[in-house]
Amino acid sequence: MEKFQRLDAVAVPIATPNVDTDQIVPARFLRKPRSGGYGGFLFHDLRFDESGAEKPSFVLNAPAYRGARILVGEKNFGCGSSREHAVYALWDYGFRAVIAPSFGDIFFSNCFKNGLLPIVLPAEQVKALQAELTQRPGAGVVVDLERQEVVAPSGNVHRFEVDSFRKQCLLQGLDEIALTLSHDADIAAFERKQAEEVRWL
Amino acid sequence: MQPAPRTLFDKIWDRHKVVERHGQTLLYIDRHFIHDGSRRAFEMLAEKGLKLRRPDRTFGTPDHYVPTSTRDVAAITDPEARAMVDSIERNAVEHGVKVFGIRDPRQGIVHVVGPEQGLTQPGLTIVCGDSHTSTHGALGALAFGIGASEVGHVMATQTLWQRRPRTMRITVNGTLVPGVFAKDIILAIIAKIGAAGATGHVIEYAGSAIRALSIEGRLTVCNMSIEAGGRAGMIAPDDTTFAYLEGRPFAPKGAAWDEALAFWRALPSHPSAKFDREVEIAAADIVPMATWGTSPEHAAPITGKIPDPDRAPDAERRAGWQSALAYMDLKPGTPIDRIAIDRVFIGSCTNSRIEDLRTAAKVVRGRKAAIPSWVVPGSGLVKAQAEAEGLDKIFKAAGFEWREAGCSMCVGMNGDLVAPGQRCASSSNRNFAGRQGRGARTHLVSPAMAAAAAITGRLTDVRPLLAGA
Repeated sequence: MEKFQRLDAVAVPIATPNVDTDQIVPARFLRKPRSGGYGGFLFHDLRFDESGAEKPSFVLNAPAYRGARILVGEKNFGCGSSREHAVYALWDYGFRAVIAPSFGDIFFSNCFKNGLLPIVLPAEQVKALQAELTQRPGAGVVVDLERQEVVAPSGNVHRFEVDSFRKQCLLQGLDEIALTLSHDADIAAFERKQAEEVRWL
Repeated sequence: MQPAPRTLFDKIWDRHKVVERHGQTLLYIDRHFIHDGSRRAFEMLAEKGLKLRRPDRTFGTPDHYVPTSTRDVAAITDPEARAMVDSIERNAVEHGVKVFGIRDPRQGIVHVVGPEQGLTQPGLTIVCGDSHTSTHGALGALAFGIGASEVGHVMATQTLWQRRPRTMRITVNGTLVPGVFAKDIILAIIAKIGAAGATGHVIEYAGSAIRALSIEGRLTVCNMSIEAGGRAGMIAPDDTTFAYLEGRPFAPKGAAWDEALAFWRALPSHPSAKFDREVEIAAADIVPMATWGTSPEHAAPITGKIPDPDRAPDAERRAGWQSALAYMDLKPGTPIDRIAIDRVFIGSCTNSRIEDLRTAAKVVRGRKAAIPSWVVPGSGLVKAQAEAEGLDKIFKAAGFEWREAGCSMCVGMNGDLVAPGQRCASSSNRNFAGRQGRGARTHLVSPAMAAAAAITGRLTDVRPLLAGA
């Protein structure tokens, strides 16, 4: 997994609540091979019309936000299906951090497994950040994972919480399976105990 | 000092801790269900040169990509979809996993098959790479959906790193009015608490109306926990649970059954156990529900009207309602039961079990569908049972299509799609924009309400139709 430490990049506001994973990547693309990249499928039906042409009204198509690597969303971002392809699509498009007041639980976990940092900030701080980004399209935001800070274009600093375990995994780009396998003896001990106690399983 | 009284969730969680580290728990997983969308995780495993730790704890069936017109994999015209269905059976052989393949009568939607086979049992930790894994909590298991990386992690280690979620109890007391079903309960709950109302929580459903539900009804309620943002949904095991499980192929037998039963009886939450949040709903107040927007929280009684975004309680919901109504092409103030429907889908892991089909058939019997309508049973065994009861004949006589088991039009991955601009009354779980196909408009309802819509061609209160049935 790629490390995440500090990012200074263009941020794009998407001010709709309940952006579900079906919108982030429609179901018909999930059969596509991972190796082919998912960036072109990101928000596909919002970004492109039936002929495949870009919809100018969609925020990602606005020239100022091209190259955005930080997404500032609304409540319950990434709700719905467990499809990790939603994270692949954001990642392959170029996003490395998503900021929102809350996230779908499964999407939130999936982000950490792929080096994408999801950041929960209070709703009023997200609103303020979105307002700045709308007033100054293309403005940059700094995300510093070590310091657990988001720095808005205005210079306002928003502190965020992150599980120390997940923080370390991201900062170091750790492979979680390898880490877990270092607990192999504990897992084996659990299995022996369970085999005695839950004999019907 | 006495230990604090524990909830059902606490008891299962505590028993499955392997180690704790920096606030995360390494949780042991008892059962892992896989499906034809789990292919990516097998690839990840191969990339790392790893094997399945517990193939004996892993069970699967193809459901998302299977055709519902035939059981012939070669008939799948899209080579990518065919490869998805092929891959699970190939991986099953390679890794020694029990898979109910497309030609096995036990094949079906994985969340229908698990309980049906007795694989889903009280007290177990169950995961699957599908958000509707919350379904299995209906039997008193801790069951939740995970992404592909976590599927790979479970395959390799039979464990998951998890942060302990908070707990929420939703109590539904009282008696349901005739014509109101489990689907209406869960839609009413989501309308009340919102699509993010239970984010970060495991929900326990309790109360006399929940206790009175059959296992089929409980599966429907727990299934849509994720639509309220819940990590999982669960219901304490009771005699209804035990009667459902006894004799199922993978349920314990003989002395093992007695041992299991004693353990299961000790699982329910202690009466004085504390939950982080409590919500109450009166069963008698619930009427048949239908969604009008693009989030499951956009649900209203069939007797109600489409709300006005100008009167939304806050700016966020105003924006959400406006974009939903634009997508759905609906106007504020329109009575819900005036909404004309183009087609009907009865199926999905939410509502495709035998009871669902019986109820829908009761509405349909002796009547004709006014619009194209499908029934897609949840498993081959549900289909066979329905046929043994003659339900297929009732549906066919009314002009319904009677199809093979799979996820089908709930998510359209197999090509069963609602056309752009068409409006579908669906017994499924998600009314997201584009969920049933690009530009498709979904109205979530109970199977009985879906059947009523099929007969009248609009969203319709099923109660008079059932009373006259």
